[in-house]
Amino acid sequence: MFKSSQLVSALAAGLALFGAATAQAQVVKIDGSSTVYPITEAVAEEFQKAKKNAIKVTVGISGTGGGFKKFCRDETDISNASRPITTKEMEDCQAAGIEYIEMPIAYDALTVVINPKNTFLKQITIEELKKLWEPAAQGKITRWNQVNPAWPDAPVKLFGAGADSGTFEYFTEAVVGKAKSSRGDYTASEDDNVLVQGVSRDVNAIGYFGYAYYAENMSRLKGLPVVNPKTGKAVEPSGANVENASYQPLSRPIFVYVKLKSLERPEIREFVEFYMKNADSLVREVKYVPLPQAIYEGNVEHARKKKVGSVFGGKNEIGITVEEIMKREANM
Amino acid sequence: MNAPNSEQIRALIARGKLKDTAFQAIGICCLALGLLVIFLLVGDMLLRGLSRLNLDFFTQFASRRAGQAGILAAWVGSLLVMLVTAFAAVPLGVAAGIYLEEYARRNWVTDIIEINITNLAAVPSIVYGLLALGIFVYAFGFGQSILSAGLTLALLILPIVIVATREAIRAIPAMIREGSMAVGATRWQTCRYHIVPYAMPGILTGVIIGLARAIGETAPIITIGALTFIAFLPPLPFAATGAEGATAGLFDWVMSPFTVMPIQIFNWTSRPDPAFEVNAAAAGFVLMGMVLAMNGLAIWLRYRMRKNIKW
Repeated sequence: MFKSSQLVSALAAGLALFGAATAQAQVVKIDGSSTVYPITEAVAEEFQKAKKNAIKVTVGISGTGGGFKKFCRDETDISNASRPITTKEMEDCQAAGIEYIEMPIAYDALTVVINPKNTFLKQITIEELKKLWEPAAQGKITRWNQVNPAWPDAPVKLFGAGADSGTFEYFTEAVVGKAKSSRGDYTASEDDNVLVQGVSRDVNAIGYFGYAYYAENMSRLKGLPVVNPKTGKAVEPSGANVENASYQPLSRPIFVYVKLKSLERPEIREFVEFYMKNADSLVREVKYVPLPQAIYEGNVEHARKKKVGSVFGGKNEIGITVEEIMKREANM
Repeated sequence: MNAPNSEQIRALIARGKLKDTAFQAIGICCLALGLLVIFLLVGDMLLRGLSRLNLDFFTQFASRRAGQAGILAAWVGSLLVMLVTAFAAVPLGVAAGIYLEEYARRNWVTDIIEINITNLAAVPSIVYGLLALGIFVYAFGFGQSILSAGLTLALLILPIVIVATREAIRAIPAMIREGSMAVGATRWQTCRYHIVPYAMPGILTGVIIGLARAIGETAPIITIGALTFIAFLPPLPFAATGAEGATAGLFDWVMSPFTVMPIQIFNWTSRPDPAFEVNAAAAGFVLMGMVLAMNGLAIWLRYRMRKNIKW
């Protein structure tokens, strides 16, 4: 039988253990864009391995906007973003007294893809893309020869990003000229694999999504060269062409935003330094296009010098080059 | 009027039998169709995911390399969330059911409550997620934790538990209740020694069916902010935390960040590398297995407990 004194002391010990405020394990909290997710996930995985799990990293997918909401509510340390922070988000962060350092980490190239069996499309211009995708085309542009008389009288099957994604926002701004302005009668999906499947099964299809989905599915898709309006040359979507800035205007930088206050914690500093040191190889591994080493070194430098804020002034700019970003950062 | 001759009667019987057989055939076809779809689904997932179904798959965390990625964080997360859900929903739901059935007076208030409970069972789960985001995550400050997720799913299955409890109690013959009262037992004693034990098989079945629904829920869990990449487990009670000499408290795990099976599957299906689809199929098969195991448990418990009822 239990003696009551034993029972009481056991209970007391249990309560003490329950109540004991244990030293919280170090956790790096990250959330935000699904486009940036594969890169940050790869870094997190390697970082935890390198630290033998002494530092924990969590990565969520709330979308760029959802990520910034949490970031500005002081719930996360780092925010993944497939576009620069907007004016509204800057105000929210400022109201909460949150300062951040903007770090470009890779290029994402929006890739226009067609079926590999398609023989008539060799290249496409931004004007032709606009004819296909602008809101005025809805219900009217339904045959390929309506876009370009040289093309056959075949039905156009359109596949594109869903209206909530950053990809949709950037593509419409770059092609139509106004963000989120697009025809609505196309197969839209937030899940890019649906678009991959669709285009790979229809010879008359055309679609667009992030480069990584094209790179992983090259056997079933053909990347369509897009004419750079500045040089007039058709440029194939490829890592090299994105790096040498000729694949424009459909390539864009993607970012992580690091909270200044969090950088006071050694584990966040270590994580950011690890991120930038390994960015080149890990970005390549997950099929994104890395930025020049100088950018990554600059990111670490900015963290050290506490250069807060965004060089984009709340706008999403089309066709911005690495040189331009570096120039602006230098003036910050 | 002539009495119908035997010929006519036989024709009538034959017609009746034909209809009988026809309906039977239609019934079997419907059943076979349903079963076929399930078998195709499970079989397809099994075939596609088979290459990944080994021990490593269960003991490894998510990874960017499809071949090394596992579901450790996901299945542990799912089980722990279910644990919290069961501990929250069962006492609340059973007590509410007993009260409504045994204590509450029949009037318009209980009628309204009754209608509301049935309505709640039909509320889309995302609505519970939004409610939980406001209440558990922010107002109560539980954060994006196992506790928040467990309580959210508990709310979701509460109506199911209440309805199951009431159905089970209603199935108990009135004479049991009257007999107990007749020998002087109070209402509480009647409930404690007769109603609850006899209703237990039905209640348990309802609870487990509710949990089986909850384990597959994705929308409310995403709303409250479950994570996608997480390569550590919630702290075991009294395990070292990594900090100098510190150990985790008995209930630290409930506040831990987590992920669950449906989220892991969803993430894998939407990745660029098609190799992850194999992982998704394998994880889907495991989740189906978990649901099947829970339903199996419900059947076994019901069978075992029914044997102990002596009337």
